[in-house]
Amino acid sequence: MEQFNNRNVADNGYFMVDIEDYPTDGWGKFKRVIDRTFKLELFVGLWVVMREMIKFDIHTISYPAEKMPIGPRYRAVHEMKRLWESDAERCIGCGLCEKICISDCIRMDTKIDEESRKEVTEYTINLGRCIFCGYCAEVCPELAITHGGEYEQASEQREHFIDYDYMLTPIDVMKQNAQKEFEGFGAITPHEDERVTKTPLSY
Amino acid sequence: MSNVSINIDGKEIVTQEGEFILNAARANDIYIPAICYLTRCSPTLACRICLVEADGKQVYACNAKAKEGMNITTTTETIEKERRAIMEVYDVNHPLQCGVCDQSGECELQNYTLEIGVDSQSYTVQDVDRASHDWGHLHYDPGLCIVCERCVTACKDMIGDNSLKTIARGGDPLNAEYKESMPKDSYAMWNKLNKSVIGLTNGTDVLDCTSCGECAAVCPVGALVSTQFMYKSNSWELKSIPATCGHCSAGCQISYDVKHTSVHNPDEKIYRVMNEWNYVSLCGAGRYGFDYENRDVVKDEVAFVKALEAFKKADTIKFTSTITNEEAFILETLKNKFGYKLVNDEAKSFQTFLSDYSAVSGTSLYGSDLKTSMNSNFIVSIGTAIKTDNPNARYALNNSLTTNKGAALYFHPLADPVVDDMSKNIVSINHKPLQEETALYLVLDLFADKSKLPTDIVEYLASFHSTKTITVTETIKEKVIQIVKEMKVNEETGEEEEVEVEKSKMVPKKVSKEVEVDDNRLLSMLGMADDFMETFAKLMKKKDTFSMIVGPDLYNHPNSKNLARLVALVEKYSEFELIMIPTLTNTLGVAMINELSDTAGSYAVGYNTDADFVLSGLGEGDLDMPAINQQEGTLTSINKSVNPTNAALPYGGYTLNDIANALGLNAENTIDYTVELGSIDGFKAEAFDDLPDHYTNAGEEIRGYKLESLSTSTSSDENVIKIDEALGLDGAIIYLANPVRQFTDFTKNTTNLDEKSGVYMSTEALEASELNEGDSVSVKTDNGELTANIVCDTKIAGNITVLPTFDSKLNSGALVNGYRFANASIQKV
Repeated sequence: MEQFNNRNVADNGYFMVDIEDYPTDGWGKFKRVIDRTFKLELFVGLWVVMREMIKFDIHTISYPAEKMPIGPRYRAVHEMKRLWESDAERCIGCGLCEKICISDCIRMDTKIDEESRKEVTEYTINLGRCIFCGYCAEVCPELAITHGGEYEQASEQREHFIDYDYMLTPIDVMKQNAQKEFEGFGAITPHEDERVTKTPLSY
Repeated sequence: MSNVSINIDGKEIVTQEGEFILNAARANDIYIPAICYLTRCSPTLACRICLVEADGKQVYACNAKAKEGMNITTTTETIEKERRAIMEVYDVNHPLQCGVCDQSGECELQNYTLEIGVDSQSYTVQDVDRASHDWGHLHYDPGLCIVCERCVTACKDMIGDNSLKTIARGGDPLNAEYKESMPKDSYAMWNKLNKSVIGLTNGTDVLDCTSCGECAAVCPVGALVSTQFMYKSNSWELKSIPATCGHCSAGCQISYDVKHTSVHNPDEKIYRVMNEWNYVSLCGAGRYGFDYENRDVVKDEVAFVKALEAFKKADTIKFTSTITNEEAFILETLKNKFGYKLVNDEAKSFQTFLSDYSAVSGTSLYGSDLKTSMNSNFIVSIGTAIKTDNPNARYALNNSLTTNKGAALYFHPLADPVVDDMSKNIVSINHKPLQEETALYLVLDLFADKSKLPTDIVEYLASFHSTKTITVTETIKEKVIQIVKEMKVNEETGEEEEVEVEKSKMVPKKVSKEVEVDDNRLLSMLGMADDFMETFAKLMKKKDTFSMIVGPDLYNHPNSKNLARLVALVEKYSEFELIMIPTLTNTLGVAMINELSDTAGSYAVGYNTDADFVLSGLGEGDLDMPAINQQEGTLTSINKSVNPTNAALPYGGYTLNDIANALGLNAENTIDYTVELGSIDGFKAEAFDDLPDHYTNAGEEIRGYKLESLSTSTSSDENVIKIDEALGLDGAIIYLANPVRQFTDFTKNTTNLDEKSGVYMSTEALEASELNEGDSVSVKTDNGELTANIVCDTKIAGNITVLPTFDSKLNSGALVNGYRFANASIQKV
């Protein structure tokens, strides 16, 4: 994950491409038209395709049999995480995701449960409206709602994606300690410990 | 009170002498942070954050009074340090789970912590276990409590239940080092804070109060929350609909907080009721009785056609006063057009009372409002069970007693422990029913300016006075000289001999004296204590503003005309400012708008009341109507103001306006009639959308408009009938009054107001009888009989049995003949 923590793009093999400025005067534009007409650039492209075809150096993958790896910060369909300590759901029903959502697609119902705690009874995200901005994951104080890598949203019913149980980490995954933390929006940034001022405690 | 000018942060402002600096600053839009202060209540001095510098000295803005030429700085470097330290202290051990706190988003601790910019903590103390308590309708979490004592202050100074107090917290004392290192005020504040939490005065863990919920409303943090609202919704999800409470005549400004019902149901639902608690205090019905809407109504065309037929057939429209001014106006217009008789007994009696009053007073309306009562320091209440007839009148009475060092006389046959516990300066006179005239004559006798009062009344009052000789026993100390024989040694002889010695000592001795005193027979007629005049003299010390509250017992009294004239005389010839409690929500409005008839005709259409064809906002009639929380319109309050109210919830059915339109009137919306109210004396021609609805920072109520009190023609006839001394009910008595938090069938329909309907008896009356709570009894009077179960009401005392009117199924009104008291026999069945 170190490569993602380092946000200085200049270190990651990026380089500037040398592109000439577009011509602005009439003569320059005329020269460009003549260039493009007689250089037969089209065949340059076609040649590249034919060369690669003959070499059998295939750059595409056979989706859906094959899938590209997704970056850990990719913002696809939301996930609801569980606590490592108790396997309980992390969501405390604070409603901040509902509040911050700019497409107003999150709704929840809460009530007081038998132990006088706040309980989330219903939680839905209308993915038909969601723009996957990631604000909900960023605002979540418990790292409960995050994005996941599940970008395939074709289904007969949109409701298939707004089901709380669908988003929640399955308990067997949790038992195997296989829950993946989200590294993108809302995740704890590196060196956080150094920036926090400790509160004095009498304990 | 004279005006003084003071200077706050370079701004010259004019305020009243003796006004608190904080209030003066607020009224002039100058900001001083303050947590524990409640406008209208006495300063608590718990938070100390309102520190300011006045003429070079640090004072608390909430209790320092403005003096001429005062120079005030709201912030200095030392004050900044104090405020920062105070906010750090409040944050010590405060849970960080704002996400699951109901106050989050409207929390004053959050706001001030951010505003003062507390980004680090310097103080620490070990906390004690502060588990939460379920106090019944309220939930208290001491862990969240910052002990600002606003709940205690509101309960004591405004509501008068005195149900809350601070109790010891226990736990570690503060580290002694802090005394040196911390700013002075913040240390003192923390020292106190660390020792206390809020507890109940009754020593149990369940509240036994009038359940108004005002303490939870004023709580700046999430420590006190209403159990019904807990964890239901975040405050920011709710949309506030400004409205006027439709339960009683107080016409409190409230806001219905609405949101979709659930994830699956997008229909709006009311989650809670909020109020501007600095300026208006709600009762339990206003706060918790919000879900009385007529639900799931669709336009029932068949019923509508039947309704039109009924209107064509009818010669009478019966209605209750739980309607808006606009609807009352529609009814009046229909009456003028089709000649209906309008029947509303309770409004009719109030209307008659008002006109009888006007005949003597020369004004169409009583002269005062509840704010005047609240600011006065002597209140007399006659003819009203004040805590249930109009809770806001009760709050005004209590506030006057507690914050103005006031005193009060409470004339009512029904003993009321809530009223008695307000203060030691309130004297309850539980006279016999039907003796209200005697009480008013007594008020005239005690307070009226006899030089102006008509001579025949002066003479009549004088006839009650006589001098009587009473024997007063006094204890005096007397010097007694005794001659005692002592053995003494004779110095000359050296022998012991007996000598007589004089000794004096002080001995208490009882002496009987005959003194001539004034004997006022009115006092004994009302069954008042012998030493009342001494008590009265004490109560009257330093009193200069007087207010009289009269209530519905007078309007239905057999001699109501005479009572109205007496009331007018009191207002005219004494310093009393007068206020009358209208019986129901809009009784005053109906009394002014409608011309009412005494008797119904042969076929009646009823609006929220029994008749041949019933229009009902309660959902049980022949055609559904919207309830008050589903309507736009105006309501006339006890304060003579026409207050706008808005629809909090949608309504899908027909309204009275639809019927009126079908009958030939023409208005798109009911509120089109608001401007037409101007044609009625006292009302103004103002459009509904132009009516303001807010309080200013100075606490001024800017809502709708005030009714104009017109001068009426009076004859010089100020004759009043003399007291019929035979009047007065003895024996078993019933009284028509509701339990706290109930007013009409609308409050009965709500889910949170769970008062049981029945026959209410006080604990002492139950103990004295052979009856028990839950027993089924039959109550029989000359007018009728009913059978219901006994409910023990701890908020009443004495032997009078109370029958509620909020449950129309009980039909308690049929047992009396107008007047709310009656003789009855109560038998177990």
